[in-house]
Amino acid sequence: MKKKITSLEDLRKIKSESKDLTSARSGGKSRIIIGMGTCGIAAGAREVMTAILEILDKKGIKDVAVETTGCIGMCQKEPLVDVIRLGESRITYGYVAPEDVERIIEDHLVNGKIVADKVIGRTD
Amino acid sequence: MLQDLSQYILDISENSLKAEASRVEIVLSESTQGNGIELSVSDNGTGMDSEQILMVQDPFYTTRTERRVGLGIPFLKQAAELCGGGLDIYSQKGKGTIIRAVFRRNCIDCPPLGDIPATLVALFVGWTDRDFVFRYSFDGREFTAGTEDIIAILEDRDMLKAPEVASWLGRFFRENIDMLRSGREC
Repeated sequence: MKKKITSLEDLRKIKSESKDLTSARSGGKSRIIIGMGTCGIAAGAREVMTAILEILDKKGIKDVAVETTGCIGMCQKEPLVDVIRLGESRITYGYVAPEDVERIIEDHLVNGKIVADKVIGRTD
Repeated sequence: MLQDLSQYILDISENSLKAEASRVEIVLSESTQGNGIELSVSDNGTGMDSEQILMVQDPFYTTRTERRVGLGIPFLKQAAELCGGGLDIYSQKGKGTIIRAVFRRNCIDCPPLGDIPATLVALFVGWTDRDFVFRYSFDGREFTAGTEDIIAILEDRDMLKAPEVASWLGRFFRENIDMLRSGREC
């Protein structure tokens, strides 16, 4: 049998099947921000973002907003990823590779334990 | 230089978003017979005057203050010129900008398409408050999809941020692009 390709119809199904899609609202939740300037893109920021979205989907984590931003002037340390847990300091991770993402999400975002060896900055 | 066309698309679109565009249209056309690839990114952002149009093609010009070089457009221009094509910029203050790059498809230096779906997901999910339209054509067969089609179903822009929606979006673009390229009808 020929496999039907993914269509807008499938999105309609996702919407009707999950009641909690709206918990993805951006107000009042933790944030992950990925630097997506030319420097970030060249260093692999998009692959990091893909990994972040995949892991959030895999783990069923919804109470986080994934955002992108332009160059913040630390091009040599790209890809840069900021994690801001609700009510906590902004932690900036540098030289982030897709394989670091699971640790950052599991240890820091979910369990509140900062991944010290990847931290390059902290803003209170 | 960036590695592939998908990275250039992301980079050039990010310029549009920084220029306050509410709508960005990405058109990518491939023709095997015509031996060409044409990419255009059009926006309704702040636009540029003729002096700025010249300056953005110079790597030592940038609007940002965090660093003093802007490499995105010069990279794309160089990549296009390296394979017998070129880059054009049409822009008007207050109206918007069109960046158009043309490549000779069989040229050894022609960048591969790369991961177009990943670029589109990064844009659609990273900027849920803007509207994107993506048009892709391969030897005359066409596929078009945009934020508006998706919001018509979701009825809420914030839902674009839901991980399962992002994951659907990636599959949706990947399978539709692959189908067009392989020439199979659905």
